[in-house]
Amino acid sequence: MRVALFVTCINDLLHPRTGQAVVALLERLGVEVDFPDGQSCCGQPQFNTGYRHATEPLVRRFDHAFRDYEYVVTPSGSCAAMVRDNYPRIGAKAAAEGRGRELADAAALAVPKTYELTEFLVDVLKVTDVGAYYPHTVTYHPTCHGLRMLGLGDRPRRLLEQVKGLELRELPGAEECCGFGGTFAVKNAAVSAAMGADKVRNVLGTGAEAVCTVDNSCLLHIGGTLARQGSPVRPVHIAEILASTEGGVR
Amino acid sequence: MSGTYLGMPDFPRAAAAATRDTRLRANLTHATHTIRDKRAKAVAELDDWAQLRAAGAAVKDRTLRHLDHYLEQLEAAVVAAGGQVHWAVDADEANRIVTRLVRETGEREVVKVKSMATQEIGLNEALAEAGIRAYETDLAELIVQLGDDLPSHLLVPAIHRNRSEIRDIFRREMGSWGRPAPEGLSDSPAELAEAARLHLREKFLSAKVGISGANFMVAETGTLVVVESEGNGRMCLTLPETLISVVGIEKVVPRWQDLEVFLQLLPRSSTAERMNPYTSTWTGTTDGDGPRTFHLVLLDNGRTDTLADTVGRQALRCIRCSACLNVCPVYERAGGHAYGSPYPGPIGAILTPQLRGIEGALEASLPYASSLCGACYEVCPVAIDIPEVLLHLRERVVEGGPVTRRGARTVLQPAKGHAAERAAMRAAAWAFDHPGVLRAGARLAARTRRLHPRRLPGPGRAWSATRELPAVPAESFRDWWQRTRGTSSERQGGAK
Repeated sequence: MRVALFVTCINDLLHPRTGQAVVALLERLGVEVDFPDGQSCCGQPQFNTGYRHATEPLVRRFDHAFRDYEYVVTPSGSCAAMVRDNYPRIGAKAAAEGRGRELADAAALAVPKTYELTEFLVDVLKVTDVGAYYPHTVTYHPTCHGLRMLGLGDRPRRLLEQVKGLELRELPGAEECCGFGGTFAVKNAAVSAAMGADKVRNVLGTGAEAVCTVDNSCLLHIGGTLARQGSPVRPVHIAEILASTEGGVR
Repeated sequence: MSGTYLGMPDFPRAAAAATRDTRLRANLTHATHTIRDKRAKAVAELDDWAQLRAAGAAVKDRTLRHLDHYLEQLEAAVVAAGGQVHWAVDADEANRIVTRLVRETGEREVVKVKSMATQEIGLNEALAEAGIRAYETDLAELIVQLGDDLPSHLLVPAIHRNRSEIRDIFRREMGSWGRPAPEGLSDSPAELAEAARLHLREKFLSAKVGISGANFMVAETGTLVVVESEGNGRMCLTLPETLISVVGIEKVVPRWQDLEVFLQLLPRSSTAERMNPYTSTWTGTTDGDGPRTFHLVLLDNGRTDTLADTVGRQALRCIRCSACLNVCPVYERAGGHAYGSPYPGPIGAILTPQLRGIEGALEASLPYASSLCGACYEVCPVAIDIPEVLLHLRERVVEGGPVTRRGARTVLQPAKGHAAERAAMRAAAWAFDHPGVLRAGARLAARTRRLHPRRLPGPGRAWSATRELPAVPAESFRDWWQRTRGTSSERQGGAK
């Protein structure tokens, strides 16, 4: 099987290890991974701040980059949700504004083939034991877009529960937003910081060595708050846990 | 907090002040978590909740599509039952009508059952200017009124107060409004409730005019419905000689049968009760039973304009249950006053900018008062996709666009103060659409990574005030891929 990796801009620029982990993990599972160079940002920062028209070239770009692939896999719940939930809206609005069906058609092609990593593993590859080894205590924060827009359910947990050496700690108030919200973190900085502080208090309360999510954007906020407090708790993307083996703990 | 919403600072500033108020934060967290946990249990008892929710949304949508028809049917039924109907296009007109109706009775005092619509139009202040004193009789509204305060929650207007604050307010203020608080009043809930009961009883027994809102209006019979927990509303509805009900036009439902859906959705979503303790219905007037005169004031105040917006109109489905407030992490920390209207929380963030227009600084900031976590949509008993409307309104703020004002289509200009952001967003989108530029930028950032500041200037300062900035890695993923895999997949298209 051959899939295209949509690494997302935040992972490309700030968290290359996550993309590398996805490549290592998928190749270990016998999947051939391509990285179409023409890919870019999904457009979420612009769309979620109200600049819908500025996202349209990025919808086109996504379509061009991934048109020839049957599966597009991304290590980001919120970017997958942007494609699946909002691309059809962008397409429908452009059509309603009398600018043709091009974007709606691009969305219709993108939606069914775009998978968040844990969805792809559980639903397409049908694995929960990916042969990972990660000898640490970990608490899992289900990100809002993964939880409510994609409906990931217990897929990430089922994958984590199969990781050898990993002890999963329950996170109190897990389903509450961490407070990142893209430009929300800047536009409503005080509320965002208060939400982040409460999330971090709950993370610390678990005593876990690491906090894990399916999204580096939330981890940027949680990890940045932890680091400012001088906490040794590591923010870690689920791909990096699942890619770790006894031969090479990441 | 003084008793007016005018001149409210925009949301981020008001919310920042609230996050520093530790007592407010504690009161809100305790109350919202208690209600949300109880609600989840009450909803889980019904195995057809999803169908009820869909039915609620469908009934509301169908009614809103034919709103003119159902309102005319309602008016005819109310008149046939002995009531009088008044149409108010905005807050001023509604206040003038109610003031005139009260004056015509010759009374200087009225009792009120809790009503969002009269909060929305500032009726108490308008009556006060005309020399008429309005007494709030809902317990929480009484606390708010005595404290010269503003409601901060749809269902629990005094949610920001704890019981020792309430005892202090009762002791200090009750005497100047009527019967004083009993000597040695403690902060036990039973004593506080008894003090309020004695204080209010005087008002109920002497009042000749009652003012109410309504949760629903049934078009086929002209019947109004109020659901409540305390019974104070029923006293207001039945004891006075004249009853004036001020109700938003979106509250109409076609038939009695529709109440079957809403009388399940509302109490479970709001108070986590299977059935609310008091459901009062009234239809016109009846000899020897209840008020002799009944007036219905139908309030538009921006609702028809909201209805003209195909995305935003779903906000008019709202049945004011407050479930979205109780799950909202932003409301929990910002408190209700930051939203600058009687409609706080996620529903307020989409309703207020639509009812009032988005041109004011507060109204333009409200669509951004959300992290878009989606918890509000998940709990909404009439499935209002609040995040979708927030995004729709954000677009209206930064890009402008067509809107309806007073029934006329007009094109709104983008809000001021977003020029730098707009330029940055467009520049980012342009860079993301030109991977060569992006790659060059990433390499430059990597090469200069040791020079990056630990604290950011400008808008970024808000981030680095409480969070560490991420370190820029030495090599982007894109460059790693090209270095280790060699071949670029440019043939897959997309390169310009």
